[in-house]
Amino acid sequence: MSDARDPRSPIGAEDEGVVAASAAVMGAEPVLLSTGARSQWLDVWDQFKTHKGALIGAAIFLAIVAVVALGPLVWDPELGIKSNIRARNEGMSLAHPFGTDQLGRDIFARMMAGGRVSLAVGLTAMFLSVVIGTLIGVLAGYFRALDGALMRFTDLFLALPLLPLLLVMVLLFREPLTAVFGVETGIFLLIVSAIGITSWMQTARIVRGEVLALKEREFVLAARSIGTPSRRVITRHVLPNVLSPIMVSATLGIATAIITESALSFLGLGFPPDFPTWGRLLNDGVPYLEQYPERVFWPGIAISLVVLSINYVGDGLRDALDPRIRGR
Amino acid sequence: MKPLVEVRDLKMHFPIHAGLLRRKVGAVKAVDGVTFSIMEGETLGLVGESGCGKSTCGRAVLRLYDITAGEIVIDGQEIGSVPQGKLRALRPTMQMVFQDPQASLNPRMTVGSIIAEPLDEHTDLSKAEKRERVAELMDRVGLNRAFLNRYPHEFSGGQRQRIGIARALALNPRFIVCDEPIAALDVSIQAQVVNLLEELQDSLGLTYLFISHDLSMVRHIADRVAVMYLGKVVELAPRDDLYDRPLHPYTEALLSAVPEPDPAKAGQTRERIVLQGDVPSPANPPEGCNFCTRCPRVMDVCRRIDPEFREVAPGRFAACHLHDERYQGAGPTA
Repeated sequence: MSDARDPRSPIGAEDEGVVAASAAVMGAEPVLLSTGARSQWLDVWDQFKTHKGALIGAAIFLAIVAVVALGPLVWDPELGIKSNIRARNEGMSLAHPFGTDQLGRDIFARMMAGGRVSLAVGLTAMFLSVVIGTLIGVLAGYFRALDGALMRFTDLFLALPLLPLLLVMVLLFREPLTAVFGVETGIFLLIVSAIGITSWMQTARIVRGEVLALKEREFVLAARSIGTPSRRVITRHVLPNVLSPIMVSATLGIATAIITESALSFLGLGFPPDFPTWGRLLNDGVPYLEQYPERVFWPGIAISLVVLSINYVGDGLRDALDPRIRGR
Repeated sequence: MKPLVEVRDLKMHFPIHAGLLRRKVGAVKAVDGVTFSIMEGETLGLVGESGCGKSTCGRAVLRLYDITAGEIVIDGQEIGSVPQGKLRALRPTMQMVFQDPQASLNPRMTVGSIIAEPLDEHTDLSKAEKRERVAELMDRVGLNRAFLNRYPHEFSGGQRQRIGIARALALNPRFIVCDEPIAALDVSIQAQVVNLLEELQDSLGLTYLFISHDLSMVRHIADRVAVMYLGKVVELAPRDDLYDRPLHPYTEALLSAVPEPDPAKAGQTRERIVLQGDVPSPANPPEGCNFCTRCPRVMDVCRRIDPEFREVAPGRFAACHLHDERYQGAGPTA
């Protein structure tokens, strides 16, 4: 009562009465008032926070992305390109935190450069394969007329021998793409689409199965009885309910994409040899495995950490996006 | 009173494909020539045992299936042969309440968005107007409007069914198909939901097709009752006539199976008719009358000629040779 200008302090006896009365009403229906308009995304975040693994995974993934993206600002990227024969095959030191390779290039700088490419390839290829897989899966599951054709198409892709197919794709499209977009972007596009186009089949099959079960559920029938057209039944009722399997295959897809990219680079079909990616670094380290095992260790642990953290984030997101699990 | 809904000779056959080439080898005659009409503001009960085609009939009337044959007139508009694309504009007149309130609500949508879906599809109300309409509907069906942002799994079965009813009411329909709306609910909740449906009928002038296998509940809510057996309506009559003096032997058997709630009267008042055998497959119904394989009063003619569904007394329809003068006196043969 000392300071009347403080909005929290009661001004007079009458006002106190009003506050008390309204407090009593609040107390009578506390639950009802708390369910007002609250953003759904806040609920999602609340649930996500309760998943410890997902939080740690998100932190690790963001840290890796930050190092890879912002690292070159503090660590000279030239160190990873210039060879320095006198400082070759060095171990860990302050000057070279991850050591140097057989040409004396700084492995830390090469890891950062390689991470940018590998993460970009992994995320983009995963995105592409999930989009294609979901599209084909939903169309095949929902529209009976398309089912046979689309699933045979999926079987066709599953039966194709991947390596020769990738070889042919690279041979056919490397030159025109590099001519149009330049070496780096051209090969990036080529690898991303090659991986995306050859890895969507599992997603498509899983999604189709889920959609087949889902479209017989009564709420889809209810939507049709309202007169909702098929495209909105799909976006409003089907897609949100097949989110979990899509999320799982997406997280697994990133790992496969990074590893496929490294296999391609290893075969000389991916990025040029002097262009570092995590897969490339891994394969470069293999001949020196006995003398310098740490050279395989660093890219290996980076790939594993990314895959693991994304898996946990995907798991947490799946739970957080499901209203039945949320708030439990 | 004029009929709001007229169904004539409705047939819904589902093809059976078999073999390597998926050739059509037959059809499940889920609904095989059903005729009825529903007056404005009336409740027609549709009863029958599991698998007799009640639900299919209800869905076919709303054209959730592409029907095989027949004519459906709702509010003067023939919808039996209209392509699905053009039906959209007619959907607001006719709505449906589903059997399983758990399955008929999308688990990932809030109650507010579930009830607003018909409004999103058919009106261009502003966001605030939609919210207001949804709140009004929730009041109407006895849900607290504060539950707007909750999800279906947070509700009890009865409350979920109210959500389903609110969604069906959103566009001010005139005709609602209630597809066993109480079958999945507790007995105490059943009464609440049925009373709500009756209340809404009185205040909004709704017309119901009430599908159920609960004969007592149908007796409570329906004005007229149609009895289905193996894809056909065998008897259609005003409620009291049907329950007091059933014309068709199948109706008699059904009614005799209703349990007597008073233990003092149980087993005394009526004789139970226990039907022998199983329901024939709807893919391969018997020749003649569909019921001839199990009928306690079967005659020779029943195995040869399918009885016509006709008016045997004013307002009472039945498909049975027992009520045809031509075959009177032939007497039962089994």
